[in-house]
Amino acid sequence: MSLLSRYNASLSDPAAKSRTCATTGLNVCLGAERFIKLNAVSAIVFLLLGGIAAILLALTRWQAIHLLPVDWFYRIVTFHGLNMLIFWILFFEVAILYFAATIPINSRLFSTKVAWVSFAMMLVGAVMVNVIILRGQADVMMTSYLPLLAHPVFYLGIILVAVGTLIGVFNFFATLYIARRDNTYEGSLPLVTFGAAAAAIIAVVTLLHGAIVMLPTFSFSMGWTAEPDPMWYRMIWWGLGHMSQQVNVAAMVAVWYLIAYLATGAKPINETVCRAAFVLYVLFINLASAHHLLVDPGVGPAWKMWNTSYAMYLAVLASMIHAFTVPASVEMAMRGKGHRRGIFGWILALPWRNPAFSAAALSLLIFGFVGGITGVTLGTVQINIIAHNTLRIPGHFHATVVGGTTLAFMGLAYYVIPLLFRRDFIARGLARIQPWLFGGGILLVSIGMSFAGSMGVARRTWDIEPAGIYGPAAHLFLGVMGIGAIIAVAALLLFVVLCVGTVLFGVRNNGRAMADWGAAQTAPGAKETSLLHDHWGMKGTMALTSVFLLCFAVYYFANWKALADVWPVR
Amino acid sequence: MSLHVPERDWYKAPAGAEKLWIGVALLWCFVMSLMMPYWHFRGKQNADSETYAVEPAAFMERTERFVADNRVGEIDGVPVVEPPPGGEAYLLARMWSWYPILKLRQGETYRIHMSSTDLQHGFSLQPLNINYQVIPGYDHVITMTAATAGEFIIVCNEFCGIGHDRMIGKIIVE
Repeated sequence: MSLLSRYNASLSDPAAKSRTCATTGLNVCLGAERFIKLNAVSAIVFLLLGGIAAILLALTRWQAIHLLPVDWFYRIVTFHGLNMLIFWILFFEVAILYFAATIPINSRLFSTKVAWVSFAMMLVGAVMVNVIILRGQADVMMTSYLPLLAHPVFYLGIILVAVGTLIGVFNFFATLYIARRDNTYEGSLPLVTFGAAAAAIIAVVTLLHGAIVMLPTFSFSMGWTAEPDPMWYRMIWWGLGHMSQQVNVAAMVAVWYLIAYLATGAKPINETVCRAAFVLYVLFINLASAHHLLVDPGVGPAWKMWNTSYAMYLAVLASMIHAFTVPASVEMAMRGKGHRRGIFGWILALPWRNPAFSAAALSLLIFGFVGGITGVTLGTVQINIIAHNTLRIPGHFHATVVGGTTLAFMGLAYYVIPLLFRRDFIARGLARIQPWLFGGGILLVSIGMSFAGSMGVARRTWDIEPAGIYGPAAHLFLGVMGIGAIIAVAALLLFVVLCVGTVLFGVRNNGRAMADWGAAQTAPGAKETSLLHDHWGMKGTMALTSVFLLCFAVYYFANWKALADVWPVR
Repeated sequence: MSLHVPERDWYKAPAGAEKLWIGVALLWCFVMSLMMPYWHFRGKQNADSETYAVEPAAFMERTERFVADNRVGEIDGVPVVEPPPGGEAYLLARMWSWYPILKLRQGETYRIHMSSTDLQHGFSLQPLNINYQVIPGYDHVITMTAATAGEFIIVCNEFCGIGHDRMIGKIIVE
C-alpha cells in the first residue's frame, strides 16, 4: 500500500500524460503507449529472426533440398523455438497486457520505471540466449532436456526473460489496481481486459515453473550443485513449456473478441459465459503439461489419465465455449445489421477484406479445426504412443501457436500500428492478402508435418534417410511442409516489411481517424437492431460447431483405430 | 463491446443454443475422459510406465549379461540376442546406437527393459510407430507382444547430439 502510494506520488503527473485517440475516442496513456510500441516492435524483430530460421529448417527437413549442415540444423531448431515460442510471443503479450490494462479502462500505466526494468531484462536475456545459441554453445533444443547441457549464459538469459516478463505482469496487475482505486471506470472490467488478466494469471504460474526449473539447472551448469533429476526436469519444464502456450491461448481468445468487436461490432451474447470460460482456463489449463510425459517412465497411468483428462478437458470445454461464443456474437451482430439470408448469408457479408478480421477468422478456424482437435487427440494417454516425438507434435502446435496465436496477433497489429504509431498502413492491398497467405501456408506446414508424423517421421532430426524406411509418401508430405513454409515465411516477411515500412514511412494520421480497413456494413434498406435476446438465432454458428464436433469425433476415433492396429504394448 | 465496460447486469445464466452447446461440449469431454480408463482395462496398447530406478553402470552390466547369455549371432558387429519367449530383454540406448539387436518370436510377449547411459533418447519402433521415452536413471519396462513378423527399425526420436539421426537400432521378428 505505502509502496504503491509512494510510486504514485513520484510518478503521477497531473499534467495529463495522455492523448485522446482520434479514431476510437479512447484516452491513451502516453507512458503505456511507449511501452506497447517498444514491446510490439521488439516482438516483430524476434518474429523476423524466428521466420528466417523457419525457412532454413523447412528447407532442411524437405529432404530433396536438405539445406543446412547437421550442426547448424540443430542450432537453428533451438534458435527457432526460442525466438518464436518464447520471445516473439512474450514481448507481444506484454504489449497486449499494457494495452488491456490502460486504454480500455481509461487508466494510466502504473509505472514507466517498472516497464523499463521489465523491458530491459527481457531484451538483454533474449539477446544473451540468441548470441550463445549462434555461437554454438547451446545446441540443446528449446527444451534443453537434462543431461544435455548448455552454456550457463543460455539458462541465465532465459531466467532474465522470465523474470523480466514477471515484472511486466506485475506492472499490469498494479495498473489494474490503481485503475480500480482511482475509479477510472465503472463496474466490471471489459472482456478484453478480463481475458488479458486470465492470461496474466496463467503467466505468473508459468514463469514460476520456469524459475523453479531453470535456477537449479543454471546452478548445475556453473558446477555449483548436483545435476537435477532428468525426469523432474521434464515435469517442471513442461509447467513452463506447455503452460506458456496457454497464456497464448487466453491472449489469443481475448484478441478474437477484440477484433470481432472492432470489425463487426460484435457483442458477447452472454458475458457470464465468456468470462466463466476464461476462469476455466485459469483453473484447469496448467495440467496440460502432463501431455509431454504420456509415454515417459516414472509417472503411472492413473497420474497420466487424471492430469490429462479431468482438468484438461475442462480447459478444452473452455475453448469449445469460445469456439461458439465468438462466431455467435459475430453472427448475431451481422443478423442485427440485416444480413439474414439463410443459415450462412451473414458470412458473405463479413468484412473479409479487413486484414485484422480475416486474420482473426482464419486464426479461429485453424486453431479450432486443426490445432485444437489434434491437440486433444495427441494428448490422450494411449494415442500418444503413436504420436510422441513424431512430426505430428509440431504439426499440432504450428496450427495452435502459429496459425492460431501468431496470426491473431498479426491481425491485432493491423489496428495497433495505425492507432498507436498514428501512421496509416503502406501497401494496403498487400496487407489485405497477407493473412490469407500466412494462414494458407501454415495450414500446409501443419498438414505436411502431421501426415509425415503419422508415417513415423521424427521431429527434430536432421536426416531421415539413415533409417531407410520412409517411402515416397513421407517425402511427399515433407515437401508439402516445405512449400507451406515458403508461403508462410514469405507472408511473414511481407508482414514485417509492412509493419516496419508503416512505422517509418506510413502517412501520419494525427488528429484524424485511421484509414478504415472496412467494417461490417448494414444491409441496404435494413435498420440495425440488437438481437441479443434471441437465444436460438445463431443458426450458422450452430451448423459450424456441429461440423466441428463431427470432425473432432471422426479424427479422435480414427486415432483409436490406428492405435488398435499396432502391437499390444503396455 | 468487448473493448468497453459491460452493462451493469451482465451476470446471466446461459440460455438457448449457447446452453445447449455447453451441454454437448461437456458431454463430449466426458466421453473423451472415459475413453482412457476404458482403454486402460480393455485396450491392448497402453503406457503403464512400469519403472525402476537404475544406475547407468548397473543397467549396462545387466545388458551385457543379457547379451552374453542369449547371444545368437551378429550383424555388422552388433550382437543379435534372442530372449526366452515371455522373458526379459534389455535394450540400451546410448549416443548413438541401440544395443543389442533383439530377435523375437512372433506372437510371444516380452518384457523389454529400456534405459540410457548418457542423454535422453526416444524409442520409436518403425514402421509401426510405437514410441516411448528413454531416460537415464530410469529402467522403463515395456511389455510388448511381437504380433507381426519382419524387420523393424528403432529410430531415436529424442535429440541426443550431432549423431542423433544415425542412432538406428533393429528388432527382428520371426
